[in-house]
Amino acid sequence: MPWESVIFQYDSTFDGFLCCVFESYVYKEFPTAFYSDEECCPISFYSVRSIITQYDHARRVLSGLRRHSPEVVSVLRRAFLTCMENKEACLYAFVHKVFKCGTDFMKNQSDEVYYPLVKAIRHLNGELEKLRGFIRFSDYNGTLGAEIEPKNCVLPLLRHHFCARYANESFFIYDRTHKKLLLHSRGRSCIVKTDSLQLTLPGEEELHYRTLWKRFYETVAIKERYNPRCQTTHMPKRYRSTMTEFLPVDYEKQQRQTATPTESPADALLPDAPGARSVPVIPAECAPSAPVSSP
Amino acid sequence: MDLLDKLTILSDAAKYDAACTSSGVKRRFQPGKIGNTSSSIAGCCHSFSADGRCITLLKVLLSNCCAYNCQYCVNRCTNDTPRATFTPKELADLTIGFYRRNYIEGLFLSSGVLRNPDYTTEQMIRALRILRYDYGFNGYIHAKAIPGTSPELVCQLGLLADRLSVNIELPSEQGLKLLAPDKSKRAILRPMSLIRDQAAQSKAELVKYKHAPSFAPAGQSTQLIVGATNDSDRHILHLTQSLYDTYRLKRVFYSAYVPVVENTLLPSPDTKPPLLREHRLYQADWLLRFYGFRAEELLDAQHPDFNPMLDPKCYWALHHLEQFPVEIMHADYETLLRVPGIGPVSARRIVSARRSTHLRFEDLKKLGVVLKRAQFFLTCSGRLRDGLRYSVTTLHRQLESIERGQLPADEAQQLSLFGSAG
Repeated sequence: MPWESVIFQYDSTFDGFLCCVFESYVYKEFPTAFYSDEECCPISFYSVRSIITQYDHARRVLSGLRRHSPEVVSVLRRAFLTCMENKEACLYAFVHKVFKCGTDFMKNQSDEVYYPLVKAIRHLNGELEKLRGFIRFSDYNGTLGAEIEPKNCVLPLLRHHFCARYANESFFIYDRTHKKLLLHSRGRSCIVKTDSLQLTLPGEEELHYRTLWKRFYETVAIKERYNPRCQTTHMPKRYRSTMTEFLPVDYEKQQRQTATPTESPADALLPDAPGARSVPVIPAECAPSAPVSSP
Repeated sequence: MDLLDKLTILSDAAKYDAACTSSGVKRRFQPGKIGNTSSSIAGCCHSFSADGRCITLLKVLLSNCCAYNCQYCVNRCTNDTPRATFTPKELADLTIGFYRRNYIEGLFLSSGVLRNPDYTTEQMIRALRILRYDYGFNGYIHAKAIPGTSPELVCQLGLLADRLSVNIELPSEQGLKLLAPDKSKRAILRPMSLIRDQAAQSKAELVKYKHAPSFAPAGQSTQLIVGATNDSDRHILHLTQSLYDTYRLKRVFYSAYVPVVENTLLPSPDTKPPLLREHRLYQADWLLRFYGFRAEELLDAQHPDFNPMLDPKCYWALHHLEQFPVEIMHADYETLLRVPGIGPVSARRIVSARRSTHLRFEDLKKLGVVLKRAQFFLTCSGRLRDGLRYSVTTLHRQLESIERGQLPADEAQQLSLFGSAG
């Protein structure tokens, strides 16, 4: 008897996804689509299954997969953090193939079920490698703080790198895209959901270091070798909105002046935000001297 | 003079040094110290300047006052330029301040020759001691060994730094005599062999004693200037090969000569730096280090220079068509590596994938093969790619036209003008 097609609605966590897999196998139902709890399912012919996350179910699926190969689990965990289209459907197809045929197909990265995951993970790894270098901290009264706008959900994977490097510091990294905040203090760290973040104004010393860095950045380029195409290849423009060398020295102050009180600071960076046109927050050309005071 | 001016002068004077890597050493966090080194094989790039070069380290000179008079150098003593010197504390504060904000991976410290090489190295050692011991800096340090420094001081420097480098700059002894009268081949090569031997000894000791001090754990590198003298690509590549073989260098960097001074011995100030030539040399350098090529395979006496319109691997393949095409399902890893468009990563993926499936041309793209280049040199199950047309005489042109799209617009145009004229 063919499996019935249904829609799964779940809490968009990794364990939640594993529970979807569990329910699908228990009730012999095939997921045609996945929705998160916050989204409204469109009206359709398929019946909707609301999945409640139960850790023992998730663990059973996980140990089943681990029996095939521990690599399956690490691939799945990583792929779940990516921003690929139809993520859950691709992952479900992958899990299905592992249960059906074992893991031999994973030797071939061009395999039609495996390749979408490989591609998404390559993209994630690329973004991770860039962000390890491109994240810029500012010193806010002794606490280091940074903001990022990644496409993939990179915070859980950046956590280890930055906690090891700045083990004796208190710091936070705010992911504007996924609205998540990584906090670290005295050797302990956590990731919490935070809808918006208002930064305090930095002190004199911080502004001094920003000026020094911007100057170093401009000086170190050799003008006879000017090559913006090569620069953009290595450092795509989307990363520059949170990098010190492309921001005005006192950008927090300028953001506050442009943003109306009800807006979060992130909104002030959008090009159609009121007043953004008169205060260029992100200079279009690389490394011009930044406007020190707003007009 | 305030710190901002000093930083401007001393980073401006250091920028012609190409070496900017943070790879080769994995040092974990240690309690009470600041930072660690990158765990990635390739190090960590923190930014890219407007010329497209990576910024990994705070690249500065300790001082740009110099007793030498090398003709190609901006810091030579007869050049009229503002001079500055960091105090060790300024340098340490700057490094820590930048490192905490994740601007940099560590410090690259070089210097002009203050009085004499020994005095200069002593100053550098003092600055690095403050950074390492007083501030507890645990990140990456690349230090420059000044040619002519006494061996004891180089040994001390190596215990503080992760990587040392001695710049050869001019690839031949005649060039050195002509343009850098204060340096000699012997003075450059002596610290190189010293660093090699010290590093080997330190490695042997570390096997026996866990806490033996490690000497320049990320090895040593050097830099060659391209285009200041008329040395051929073949000469430069052979020199590179022998440096890797004899001195166990981790990297050889090439720096296209940027005319900074007017001098009858040097190219005129309005010549453009030979960037494309530098790029081809880097590609060839990669072939030596990761693809199992030898310098003598790539260039010989009849062909002393690369064709700038082709990458060195295509250039080699065109001269060795008798070895192609290779069969994707049977060729061994080393043979696959020699196919243009296939690199170490994609070759490994191919070897793994063909164990579980029969590969087709479409699959190769997904494995990371650059098919537009590789297609001319491969067969799948004994057959060339469908619809592929080429002959031995047209292949050269076809590869060049693929390459042209990759080049910067003015570079490609410049070359095609030369091509039609010649």
